[in-house]
Amino acid sequence: MDKFTTTTGVAAPLPLANIDTDKIIPARFLKTIKRTGLGVHLFDTLRYDAEGKERPDFVLNQAPYRKAEILIAHENFGCGSSREHAPWALLDFGIRCVIAPDFADIFHNNCFKNGILPVRLPRAVCDQLMEDSRLGGNSRVTVDLARQVVIRPSGEEIHFEIDPFRKHLLLNGLDDIGQTLQHVKKIDEYETKRSESQSWLPSIPVG
Amino acid sequence: MSGTKPRTLFDKIWDSHVVDQMGDGTCILYIDRHLVHEVTSPQAFEGLRLAGRKLRRPDATIAVADHNIPTTDRRLGIKEEDSRIQVETLEKNVVEFGVPYIPIMDDRQGIVHIIGPELGISLPGMTIVCGDSHTSTHGAMGALAFGIGTSEVEHVMATQSLLQSPAKNMLVQVNGKLGLGVTAKDLVLAIIGKIGTAGGTGHVIEYAGEAIRDLDMAGRMTVCNMTIEGGARAGLIAPDQKTFDYIKGRQYAPQGEAFDRAVAYWRTLPSDPGAHYDTVVEIDAAGIAPQVTWGTNPEAVIAITGTVPDPAAEPDEGKRAQLARMVEYMGLTVGQRLDTLPIDVVFIGSCTNGRIEDIRAAAAVAKGRKVAPGVQALVVPGSGLVKKQAEQEGLAQILLDAGFEWREPCCSMCLGMNPDKLTPGQRCASTSNRNFEGRQGPGGRTHLCSPAMAAAAAVTGRLTDVRQLG
Ligand code: SF4
Repeated sequence: MDKFTTTTGVAAPLPLANIDTDKIIPARFLKTIKRTGLGVHLFDTLRYDAEGKERPDFVLNQAPYRKAEILIAHENFGCGSSREHAPWALLDFGIRCVIAPDFADIFHNNCFKNGILPVRLPRAVCDQLMEDSRLGGNSRVTVDLARQVVIRPSGEEIHFEIDPFRKHLLLNGLDDIGQTLQHVKKIDEYETKRSESQSWLPSIPVG
Repeated sequence: MSGTKPRTLFDKIWDSHVVDQMGDGTCILYIDRHLVHEVTSPQAFEGLRLAGRKLRRPDATIAVADHNIPTTDRRLGIKEEDSRIQVETLEKNVVEFGVPYIPIMDDRQGIVHIIGPELGISLPGMTIVCGDSHTSTHGAMGALAFGIGTSEVEHVMATQSLLQSPAKNMLVQVNGKLGLGVTAKDLVLAIIGKIGTAGGTGHVIEYAGEAIRDLDMAGRMTVCNMTIEGGARAGLIAPDQKTFDYIKGRQYAPQGEAFDRAVAYWRTLPSDPGAHYDTVVEIDAAGIAPQVTWGTNPEAVIAITGTVPDPAAEPDEGKRAQLARMVEYMGLTVGQRLDTLPIDVVFIGSCTNGRIEDIRAAAAVAKGRKVAPGVQALVVPGSGLVKKQAEQEGLAQILLDAGFEWREPCCSMCLGMNPDKLTPGQRCASTSNRNFEGRQGPGGRTHLCSPAMAAAAAVTGRLTDVRQLG
């Protein structure tokens, strides 16, 4: 996983609530066995018409936002299906940070596993950042994870909260599995204890 | 135990699965059952392979293909190449990593959330995960069951655990009794309508109260299944005698004396009196009419007797725009009644309503009636075992006689990854769980409802209050 320290770039405003993962990437694009290559299908139905032509009014089809690294949205971003194809598609497009008032739990988790930083900020602040971002290419936003601030084009800094453990993993690009495997002894002990205290717990026959 | 703090069902399951605690509250949570399907697992197996890691507990893992499978004759194979590759990839991976697998031609094949309880894989007090948000279904067994992403699938494969922080507890207390013709589906839709699609975020919801106790296991599964549509991580229902009777004798459940010891433990799981919930919601069951969604998320739901709401009444600008977009996408007009709306397609199935009880409910409405001209009505059982039982009970014949199509088990038109899809503009009464734009096929319009309501729509050709059919 790529580490996330800071990112500076154009932010794309997407002033919608309840953006579900079907909208981020529809089911017909889930028939892949890879993590990459999904960026062209990001927000497929919002981005393209029935003939597959770009809809000029959709934000990511407009010049400065084609290279957006940050996305700003409204409440409950990423609800619905658990598909990790949603953060994969965002990442493949080039988005490294999503700012919204709140996120659906599974999507929020999935972001961290892929080096995408989900930033929770109050709705009024999100609206303000969206206003800034409408200035297009001249309006660059910086997100600094170490200091936990979003820096507006005006230079004003906005603090955000983040779970310290997740921050640590993201800043250092650490793989969760590697972290957990450092505790493998505890897992072994747990399994031994459980197989005694709940000896009725069946296994599924293998092979 | 005197002196200990009263705990909820969630607290008890959580506490008994914490392997270790990191400094900041994040825990390593042990996972008892890992269910695997073809869509969200290929990249996880690939990750293991690249890192040279083994799958830690194949004997706690079970795989099945369900999303990409055709509902027509299976012997012909899967026509679409990308679907076929996904299923073949799963079949290769289960061999390489030694994972128990239920083959497509096996009678026990079906939607992962149907077969978990059906085969006795999902049991009370367990932690159960799957790379699929509707894993919440298994909470009906009194298990902590939740959906995870593919990176977490890989994490569970490698470590049989997950990094998690505790959820908040929400109690949804459903008092009184459901009215005649009102089902578990109507109840859960009404709950989501009340709390909203983000109402449960960060919470695990425990359902309790007379109306929940009265539900059969299938109904409890329907309620827990849709919990994720209310944003909660998981839904839970305390195990009781109905749960134990349901489990007894199922293939992978504890047998004989081990079963009795299991039951003794399961009886300790229900929430203690006085346990603390962070949020409590009370619902009056008697006040719920059959529900149907009008918009493009499950919160956009009204009673079948209701009318399409006016977005102008919404004070928040963003939400107002979203509601207006829903009215437009769904091809409706403000103030329009739903119970006369003509439909093109009916879909009865999915992990929400693909169990034998659901098919019985549909057949009861279909019996002696005919599907309305011009309507395509699909019935897709949730598993091969459900299909077989429905055929033995004569339900399949009743449905066929009425003009319904009787298909092979899988996810089917719940999300249209197989050939069963809506075409743009088609309107569907569906027993599935998501009415998002394009969910059942690009441009398709979904109205979520119960199996009885869907069958009523099939025979009248319109959304219909099933209570009027008599
Ligand atoms: S039936 Fe629908 S919701 Fe259930 S697992 Fe299949 S696709 Fe997901």
